[in-house]
Amino acid sequence: MSQRNPAAASMSAGLFEGSTRTVRSLADEEIAISVESLDLYYGDAQALKNITMQIPKQRVTAFIGPSGCGKSTLLRCFNRMNDLVDSCRIEGAINLHGANIYDRKTDVAELRRQVGMVFQKPNPFPKTIYENVAYGLRLQGVNNKRVLDEVVERSIKAVGLWEEVKDRLQSNAFGLSGGQQQRLVIARAIAIEPEVILLDEPTSALDPISTAKIEELIEELKEQYTILIVTHNMQQAARVSDYTAYMYLGELIEYADTMHLFTNPREKATEDYITGRYG
Amino acid sequence: MENKRIGGHYSHRYDSELEEVVNRVLAMGGLVEAQLTNALRAFIEGDTQVAQEVSETDARVNSFEVSIDERCVEILARRQPAAMDLRLIVAVIKTITDLERIGDLAGAIARMAIRQAEGDRPRKQLFRDIETMGNRVITMLHDALDAFARMDAAAAVNVVRQDFAIDSDHEAILRQNVTFMMEDSRNIGRMLDITYAARALERVGDHARNMCEYTIYLVKGRDVRHIDLKEMEAIATGTVPEEK
Repeated sequence: MSQRNPAAASMSAGLFEGSTRTVRSLADEEIAISVESLDLYYGDAQALKNITMQIPKQRVTAFIGPSGCGKSTLLRCFNRMNDLVDSCRIEGAINLHGANIYDRKTDVAELRRQVGMVFQKPNPFPKTIYENVAYGLRLQGVNNKRVLDEVVERSIKAVGLWEEVKDRLQSNAFGLSGGQQQRLVIARAIAIEPEVILLDEPTSALDPISTAKIEELIEELKEQYTILIVTHNMQQAARVSDYTAYMYLGELIEYADTMHLFTNPREKATEDYITGRYG
Repeated sequence: MENKRIGGHYSHRYDSELEEVVNRVLAMGGLVEAQLTNALRAFIEGDTQVAQEVSETDARVNSFEVSIDERCVEILARRQPAAMDLRLIVAVIKTITDLERIGDLAGAIARMAIRQAEGDRPRKQLFRDIETMGNRVITMLHDALDAFARMDAAAAVNVVRQDFAIDSDHEAILRQNVTFMMEDSRNIGRMLDITYAARALERVGDHARNMCEYTIYLVKGRDVRHIDLKEMEAIATGTVPEEK
């Protein structure tokens, strides 16, 4: 661990052994995804400008910025959701395991298995709770009931929903509350064992208690998955993420350790945004 | 006070809440500065009236401390400040603790003045050095508050430097007092009072230094406690690269 304030290091080593909070550095992280000079156009309008960044593995990376800054657009690049937009054109590269996901040879279905996504509004399928979670595996041709049972239970347990739904796995998923639906959708995403989970404002339609449960879940999930989250709630970014990227008008303005970005940002634009000032 | 570094929020009320906190700290600082000035005067001139007033001001200083803390907690709870706003609140909470302690020390000096007035007073010349030291301390406190008010990290480092002169004043007074005490044991009681007063002033200097460190933290976002002056200066004047 690198510690830049030698005095603080020697002091805290004695006083708070094991709990020293150091400023993280990407240089010390294993990198899951690297974005290289990414430009994205909707027709003539450029929505992302020359984005270059490294996303660390098994960490939570938050994207913040005002509406229209490109954060959701960028998030959707990671599993090629923008392919569905006709006028969309992308230049540059996003490397996952050293291969550019925008390469012609990329199997997009396989990419989306590796990179799962959860949206603002919970979107369970109009099926039973069980079938929602089993869906991805069935799609892959898994029909062995024992295997399916096991994965469904494990996934629902992982999102802390098991006690609430174990007696009604065969009921329709629409009967769940919004917060439960959102956790079910996350269970569905992790059932197929992705490496990366994209969360696009996952709690903006939820009440504070459901939000707290999802945030708690994010904390647990990062032990296994690389998590990218777009949020309008800056306090949420500060609470759950390890790294934060501030975007403005399609540009990546500042990308740093979350603690550092929220206490001592480098750029004035970041400071103005996170403190609620007009630039 | 219209502080450019505080203002500019979309919420004008937030601007005025932060400004109000800063203004209260400065008002508290002004009060403590006056307390210290008066305590020193009372001690040197043996003025029990002034000494009494210093003691009575203590309650006001305490209520400033409590009310500013209260406001800070409220802002933390309601606004969840970030970046410089957050550092301002943290710096204020810590600054007023040091200010309150300075107030206590001024009170202690004032009480000594009252006690001394009851017996026969030391020769006036014995107070000369303590007066010099006291004036230095008052200037340092004043400048520390000024650096905070202007949110000027470079000025804060310059104030920290003043502490060295105060420390050497303190040592000189101690040495001299020991000599006087050895010369004539009847001097011991009086000289002890002067020793205590010098010790209190030296502590005030330390508290003023702490306040400057909070100001540097507030402006630069770097914790400069427990590092040497050279490094502190480099951080405050921006001659080292900002922490990434």
